[in-house]
Amino acid sequence: MEKKLGLATRDAYGKALVEIGKSNPDVVVLDADLSKSTKTEAFGKEFPSRFFNCGIAEANMVGIAAGLASQGKIPFLSSFACFLVNKGFEQFRMAVAFPELNVKVVTSHGGISVGEDGASQQSIEDVALMATLPGFKVIVPSDEYCTRAIVMESVGIKDPVYIRTGRPKAPIVHSPRTVFKIGKGVLIREGKDVAIFANGLLVWEALQAAETLASQGVSACVVDAHTVKPLDEELIVSLAAKTRAVVTAEEHQSWGGLGSAVSRLLSERRPVPVSCVAIQDTYAESGKPDELIEKYGLTSAHIVKAAQQVIRRKIAGAEKHSCAS
Amino acid sequence: MNQFAYAIEELQQKAKEIRRDIVKMLGIAGSGHPGGSLSVTDILTVLYFHVMKHDPKNPKWTDRDRLILSKGHAAPALYAALAHAGYFDHELLWTLRQMGSPLQGHPDMRKLPGIEASTGSLGQGLSIGIGIALSGRIDKKDFRTYVVMSDGEMNEGQTWEAAAFASHNKIDNLTMVLDYNKFQLDGAVKDILWMEPLAEKWRSFGWDVQEIDGHDVTELQRALQKAKTVTGKPTAIVADTIKGKGVSFMENNNNFHGVAPTAEETERALKELT
Repeated sequence: MEKKLGLATRDAYGKALVEIGKSNPDVVVLDADLSKSTKTEAFGKEFPSRFFNCGIAEANMVGIAAGLASQGKIPFLSSFACFLVNKGFEQFRMAVAFPELNVKVVTSHGGISVGEDGASQQSIEDVALMATLPGFKVIVPSDEYCTRAIVMESVGIKDPVYIRTGRPKAPIVHSPRTVFKIGKGVLIREGKDVAIFANGLLVWEALQAAETLASQGVSACVVDAHTVKPLDEELIVSLAAKTRAVVTAEEHQSWGGLGSAVSRLLSERRPVPVSCVAIQDTYAESGKPDELIEKYGLTSAHIVKAAQQVIRRKIAGAEKHSCAS
Repeated sequence: MNQFAYAIEELQQKAKEIRRDIVKMLGIAGSGHPGGSLSVTDILTVLYFHVMKHDPKNPKWTDRDRLILSKGHAAPALYAALAHAGYFDHELLWTLRQMGSPLQGHPDMRKLPGIEASTGSLGQGLSIGIGIALSGRIDKKDFRTYVVMSDGEMNEGQTWEAAAFASHNKIDNLTMVLDYNKFQLDGAVKDILWMEPLAEKWRSFGWDVQEIDGHDVTELQRALQKAKTVTGKPTAIVADTIKGKGVSFMENNNNFHGVAPTAEETERALKELT
């Protein structure tokens, strides 16, 4: 598969937002002095009366969004993932999740692919934090097509939604014809020996891993599991049943992300060997995105290794089982 | 136009009835916050029975004025005021804090008509009120948003983020009323985190500020009406109050911040409030 870089997912968000603004007068946008980076700036230029730059005051911004939502507006609020989620978390809990308000939180600079700015700007906890808030839907789109579709769909649903976008240009893993639905994974590649569930930039790495595995005679299926909550339980359970070996891959702390969610689901409904490719309980550092992905264990090579490991465990389990019987 | 439009004596009488209900509710519930509920009673009475444009029979009326009780622990005062205005059956008051009751320990907007925001985590109400006021501006509605805050909430950084935003954006359809009773949970505000000069702080943040006696219904009326005429900036009314107002043994006695009266204390308090 040839690597073709598309828009950064944050750029895809910014473009979608302007489209939404044209068709839906209830949509308002708030930013915390990062609109040039989160790409909400274009909306602000197009619809100045519906754009509020709140300054570097995230907690207040979340509260304002809650007030707007309580009156029937559909606020989108954006900043870097680490700042908005961490500094606004208590407000997301009290003013948005608890009263079940229709607020869309779309952050940029998710994960460590932020790069040179370093650990203070890289968000590795946001998915876990937002997923713990009752009622919130949590989505990590992979490329520009996925991002656009998810952002467009989010306008039409009444629940609070968290969407994490990224800074670097994202490799295209879908086509303009791919159909996306919040809560439904996209099966990109069929396979029978191991199932890889990935989201964000790691979907590309998973597809690369599947190619490598194929060259070794291992057939891997790859799913873009963009929605971490609600998880596409039926798809995950059915592919686990079919392959009996599962790998997850995400640009997030291993605690509380996609890997945790998939592991919990499968331990309850279809126990199979699972290996989680994620950041191992540590902060990263400054560096080029590719260097960081390599050092912190998130490349296709790491996914291949994880796949080989779960397949070995699957075979060992089957042998043990046959000995016992 | 307020549909009650109570005169001074009627407001004073209504405030007394609300105070009686607060004491009785808390006595039955066995837990809750008497001090801050009694200090804010006159403020809420004047707002609901003289100043605010609202319709208890139509709580979602789009042109209504909105009130957010940011100091959510004073919920009994809000519930009693709403019941007296006719938002729900007065008998519901006696279910405060019980399992299944819409009268939650702190206000829950999903459960009870007339509650504009769920509160209880201090320092968030002003931001929410700004959002509501902004929606009115976008929709070109002329309703007003009132946010009632506690002095403890002046400790919270979010309050000052909101204060700066409101003046920068000239949000003049917003009135903040501070129930300045000088106590917070752990003791006197001056011993915990003294925020004086408070009126000056609001002024320096670009707000129109009035300092009044928060138990004088005439002063409250005048200040709240005057706030409606201020253009280009939001209004802060620093209302001097007494914690536990109206019950001699609760006044300025911070032991009644978050402890309900016993049966005997309830009886004594109700006698004082006749």
